[in-house]
Amino acid sequence: MSYRYTIQNKVYRFDNLKELLAKASPYRSGDALAGIAAETYEERVAAQIVLADVPLKAFLNESIIPYEEDEITRLIIDSHDTIAFAQISHLTVGEFRDWLLSDEVDCNILKSVSKGITPEMAAAVSKIMRNQDMIAVAKKCEVITKFRNTIGLKGRFSTRLQPNHPTDDPKGIMASIIDGLLYGSGDACIGINPATDSPANTLQLLKILDALRLQFDIPTQSCVLTHITTTIELASAGMPVDLCFQSIGGTELTNKSFGINLSVIEEAHRATLALGRGTVGNNVMYFETGQGSSLSANAHHGVDQQTCEARAYGVARNFNPLLVNTVVGFIGPEYLYDGKQIIRAALEDHFCGKLLGLPMGVDVCYTNHAEADQDDIDNLLTLLGVAGCNFIMGIPGSDDIMLNYQSTSFHDALYIRQMLGFRPAPEFEQWLLKQDIINEQGVLIAGASNRLLQAAKL
Amino acid sequence: MSEEPEYHNAWKALRIHTRARIGIGRTGSGIPVKESLEFRLAHAHARDAVYSKLDTEKLTASLVQFKLPILHLESRANYRELYLQRPDLGRLLDDASAQQLQNHVGQTDIAVIIADGLSAYAVNSNAVLLLEALLPMLTDAKLTVAPIALVEHGRVAVGDVVASILNAKLSLMLIGERPGLSSSDSMGAYLTYNPKPGLTDEARNCVSNIRPEGLPYDQAARKLYNLIQQAFRRKLSGVQLKDNTATGYFP
Repeated sequence: MSYRYTIQNKVYRFDNLKELLAKASPYRSGDALAGIAAETYEERVAAQIVLADVPLKAFLNESIIPYEEDEITRLIIDSHDTIAFAQISHLTVGEFRDWLLSDEVDCNILKSVSKGITPEMAAAVSKIMRNQDMIAVAKKCEVITKFRNTIGLKGRFSTRLQPNHPTDDPKGIMASIIDGLLYGSGDACIGINPATDSPANTLQLLKILDALRLQFDIPTQSCVLTHITTTIELASAGMPVDLCFQSIGGTELTNKSFGINLSVIEEAHRATLALGRGTVGNNVMYFETGQGSSLSANAHHGVDQQTCEARAYGVARNFNPLLVNTVVGFIGPEYLYDGKQIIRAALEDHFCGKLLGLPMGVDVCYTNHAEADQDDIDNLLTLLGVAGCNFIMGIPGSDDIMLNYQSTSFHDALYIRQMLGFRPAPEFEQWLLKQDIINEQGVLIAGASNRLLQAAKL
Repeated sequence: MSEEPEYHNAWKALRIHTRARIGIGRTGSGIPVKESLEFRLAHAHARDAVYSKLDTEKLTASLVQFKLPILHLESRANYRELYLQRPDLGRLLDDASAQQLQNHVGQTDIAVIIADGLSAYAVNSNAVLLLEALLPMLTDAKLTVAPIALVEHGRVAVGDVVASILNAKLSLMLIGERPGLSSSDSMGAYLTYNPKPGLTDEARNCVSNIRPEGLPYDQAARKLYNLIQQAFRRKLSGVQLKDNTATGYFP
């Protein structure tokens, strides 16, 4: 169905929902690169005004990527919960935004409606929300997941300890892990991006992570972020796989470019669950996403990058993940040009993910060719802390020497915990106390005499 | 508050295993001032590299030694902000450049293209030194070389466009890589057999991290020479072509 809006004799026409969503999207370089962004400020707001009047029901009747062509569209439509949707089925996108912000709508109501919201509805409503609105609604959400500890509780803030090394040197990796643990980092997981994606290398890394965890009885989970087919192989052989990682996108073609599809993820999910390694829960999947991946794979079908991203969350929520991480500033300035665009995109991703019921974390990051620096990281981190983000990355001194980009440091996590009164995941907090890394007040006390450091004979 | 020296000693043992910024201490929840400023300096180097300009004058002066015509070209992304946001335009030549190339159409084996990419500083520093090692190997092997093209605001794929207009059988693109915090001078070399517009990465082979602290020039030249020979023998490049020189080097 097409849409029209007139501003001072100028008629704006939008041929379908897909075009309307793209034109209504706050400006970012990726949509301009794709040639689908609004051409003027006025056209963008015209699209937003029109979008606000679109009934939520319209998203169930008009697929932005045809049902027959895309398995993610099929997943979204086939798994839509009409009973949950009944609470909001009478609303337009604009009314939905006001409803989300209203005093009456709380955490429990948001939970009960979550499965009735499609990714496209979440993307649509975010496009007419300010940063403040997205922070306020995301903060109402609580998404709790469990494996060896409990992540996402109110008042808690977790980190993925990311100890990457350019040649996967076990001692180099271990040195960064010890460093991070002594800053209280690592409760979301200890996760390595391997430089070499081979089963043998992955297994070696899994084994050193598992040995460390057992030696110090650390209530956390490990992950080597290898291709999902490698993880299937290792999990099926009974190797110590805690979490199954995969990058995912919001179109079938994007996932094809990653060498995956829904049935492969399903197989991996089953294989990892079968290992039964979780102690307090069994959320075993770790997904990473990021706006721009569909355009980068030339697999976007003319859909704007933020809507594609929300559709990736439609994939993620089908597999009860422990962690979903939007790697927001990694992709580069042709998708998100500067700090302003990165910050907006991160808040959109966090909001949409939480609304859809996902345990959202954000890789608050930038590359050296983006118009961004540590100040932008600080701004975004603080905003996400206020918004109730589940976790961020923890990297020695913000400098990932393998992936060559900058993300949040162990220090940044200390900062946000201290500023907003957050504590680590409860099981991990107890361990930090026992190891004399923090005191009862949550203050870091680890020093040279700490036994973890002393025991680290590399 | 600064950390006690004992703390740093305990860390020394770990720091020898990685270049990661570990054991840097803290002041409150902050990174101590020295390390904080060191980080800023590293980022400044990387940013300056992204905005650095191809030093065509100096490059031309050094390239005359190879006794080849030298062409100055531009992509369609004619300023830096546009270049960063529109990789598609950086892959195309502007009209004047395309026209200029028409005067140099020949029948050669290899076209050498030098582009700024994401760090002009990298090619300003490394391109000539690599060619000094590589070009003699190519001419010894009786391979003919087209005029050398310098492309401002170029992406990797513009090399194939240039080589295809020059009618060369293989394009060799030397280009500045995305700067890391500790490597703002890293140069990449991409080769494509049977270059033409519209090819993507799977049609190319890449030798990365060419710089004094990374892959030294003589090793990079040997790798490239090996790949080029194979490419001519098998009449292809890209994923089906493997670098089988000894892997004594790790980045």
